[in-house]
Amino acid sequence: MKLKGAAMITAVLEKEQVDLVFGYPGGAVLSLYDQLYRCKLKHILVRHEQGAVHAADGYARVSGKTGVVFATSGPGATNLVTGIATAYMDSVPLVLITGQVATRLIGTDSFQEADITGITLPITKHNYLIKDVQELPDALSEAFFIASTGRPGPVLVDIPKDIFELEDQFDYTHRREIPGYKPTIEGHSGQIQRAVKAINAAKRPVIFAGGGVIIAGASAELTELAERGRIPVVLSLMALGAFPGNSPLFLGMPGMHGTVSANYSISEADLIIAAGVRFDDRVTGQLESFARKAQIIHIDIDPAEIGKNVAIDIPIVGDVKKVLQGILKRLQPGVTEDWLKKVEEWRQGNPLCSEKQTSEGGMKPQFVIREIDRLTPDNAIICTDVGQHQMWTAQHYCFRLPRTFLSSGGLGTMGYGFPASLGATLASPQKTVFCIAGDGSFQMNIQELATAVAYNLNIKVAIINNGCLGMVRQWQELFYGGRYSHTSIQGGPDFVKVAEAYGALGLRVSAPSEVAGAIEQALAIEGPVVIDFLVDAGENVYPMVAPNRPISEIIMGSGKR
Amino acid sequence: MKHVLAVLVENKSGVLTRVAGLFSRRGFNIDNITVGETVTPGISRMTITVEGDEMVVEQVMKQLNKLINVLKVSNLSLEPAVMRELMLIKVRAESQTRGDIQQIVETFRGKVVDVSLDSMIVEVTGNEDKLEAIKLLLQSYGIREIVRTGKIALLRGSKITREA
Repeated sequence: MKLKGAAMITAVLEKEQVDLVFGYPGGAVLSLYDQLYRCKLKHILVRHEQGAVHAADGYARVSGKTGVVFATSGPGATNLVTGIATAYMDSVPLVLITGQVATRLIGTDSFQEADITGITLPITKHNYLIKDVQELPDALSEAFFIASTGRPGPVLVDIPKDIFELEDQFDYTHRREIPGYKPTIEGHSGQIQRAVKAINAAKRPVIFAGGGVIIAGASAELTELAERGRIPVVLSLMALGAFPGNSPLFLGMPGMHGTVSANYSISEADLIIAAGVRFDDRVTGQLESFARKAQIIHIDIDPAEIGKNVAIDIPIVGDVKKVLQGILKRLQPGVTEDWLKKVEEWRQGNPLCSEKQTSEGGMKPQFVIREIDRLTPDNAIICTDVGQHQMWTAQHYCFRLPRTFLSSGGLGTMGYGFPASLGATLASPQKTVFCIAGDGSFQMNIQELATAVAYNLNIKVAIINNGCLGMVRQWQELFYGGRYSHTSIQGGPDFVKVAEAYGALGLRVSAPSEVAGAIEQALAIEGPVVIDFLVDAGENVYPMVAPNRPISEIIMGSGKR
Repeated sequence: MKHVLAVLVENKSGVLTRVAGLFSRRGFNIDNITVGETVTPGISRMTITVEGDEMVVEQVMKQLNKLINVLKVSNLSLEPAVMRELMLIKVRAESQTRGDIQQIVETFRGKVVDVSLDSMIVEVTGNEDKLEAIKLLLQSYGIREIVRTGKIALLRGSKITREA
């Protein structure tokens, strides 16, 4: 069968079972969009290319499938960069198809030319610049294979304008053999045995699980390991939902804004079972003092993560699910009651604050998030932006199921949450989707309200509005002598009017007594709703560990503030 | 410590950028890098000398292995290997010093490959120590320019480094 380049792309997408793409047209992809005009592939037109990548990212995180993005050359492609870096840091499978200027113009600084394969080299798992239409089907097939297997990540395919129009033979074969790409799936059996022995012998074990557990679909195995071994569990930000948040064995998140019990447990443990984590500095704090008393088992599919930050005693390279299954085969029931008692004391002695209001009568952001938790079903999907509201959500929303918490963990991208929620609801239209945003973050991709309204996407946005760039302000308060340099964003916009201007419903809540009613009202409406929660501006995120300090040195805040 | 890595790569456009870029963005130091064809068409071999302790070199190797176009990475410093580098030196040489220089070059089993009225080009091959030694000796005559290929290396014996 002979096909033009553009038709090859839609044919490959069909073969790879892609039913939805996110994108924005432009000069270099006119032929691709012309092809879309006559095929049944569903395309979501966003209002900015960054919105498209985050939306595809949200779609991928919720569905487990590969998200697909179309963008044009030059600025279209460079607008993807933040979203690609976000997905790369959090290991999200994406295939990005960008138009490039025509082959004969490459390298001449022609109109809307940017070297996007060069630009995205360090933030993609791999990328391709197509120079001949013959290469196109294999490159696309490899892109899907590489993006979705091993440690997933974004793959970009850059296609010059003329290639879309050139015709060639199209015989599609799924490329599943790539010489330089062979992820290790099965864990080494000897290492698994060593791990089992260490777990069976441990007196004070802790499981530290990360996003890899969700990617591998290993929540059931993780839960069984914890329950049979009687082992407390801490989850990195990326793993929230991988283990039921209401389990008595769950201690919360470790690290900078982790719970006291999670941080103390890691510091006092004699064994850490680290699964699908990368020992990010936000988790470890000062490396030399991290888990000093513990042997560490590290399970990860990416060999480069093992020993990168923390020295590992028992490394196991492989798929987390398979490795945990191997461990469970030989795991004996754990006898750790003394340890669990100690851990429980830490937990009981250091609860997270949950009052409704501050002494001045302002509304507490934590309370708003707890109310959202109370009023949304267990399988609701929560997307956040980055900052204080993100940490409060991680601390106060009880995540019970995997793939229900979407947040930019690695890159820390403000403006991620709202477009990601578009992708989330498209992946799971039957589920409640809430975007918890900051008043700063929300403005970074506020234009996607138009997309949400255009497709009547059932998204509820809760703006935790404190009139400032709260997390930066918190650091200024704690570490920069209270010099609040450019962190006030008081004075607008009026988010209710903005919502209305885009054609969505806007609600404003300024008293604790109105919170539940507004959430219920928003949930009762089919379509996008923005709720502007005016919260107390001085509230900080605690507990906190100062950067590069031991995670056992916890700042609790003055009083409960 | 210095480590010499043999890196077999698919000879695709941009592969050198991918490898070199990895070093800079991960904060690894390349001492030198050479690239050339192998006996297998489409596969090139890079020889990379990198400075760092064992942890660093292990990370370098693991990160290199993650690149899709990289087929094989091995550390040749851990086994007996023949390591060579070629250097061309343009040295000041008038009629009265030419003989002395010639003698030095012969001692190092080098070659004089070009002579003009006031300069000579000397070609030497060897390991780092040898090249440094002749460089030092020729310095007193006035070195005008030096160019070096960077190190290449092969394992001793019948063992070979091939794509996995």
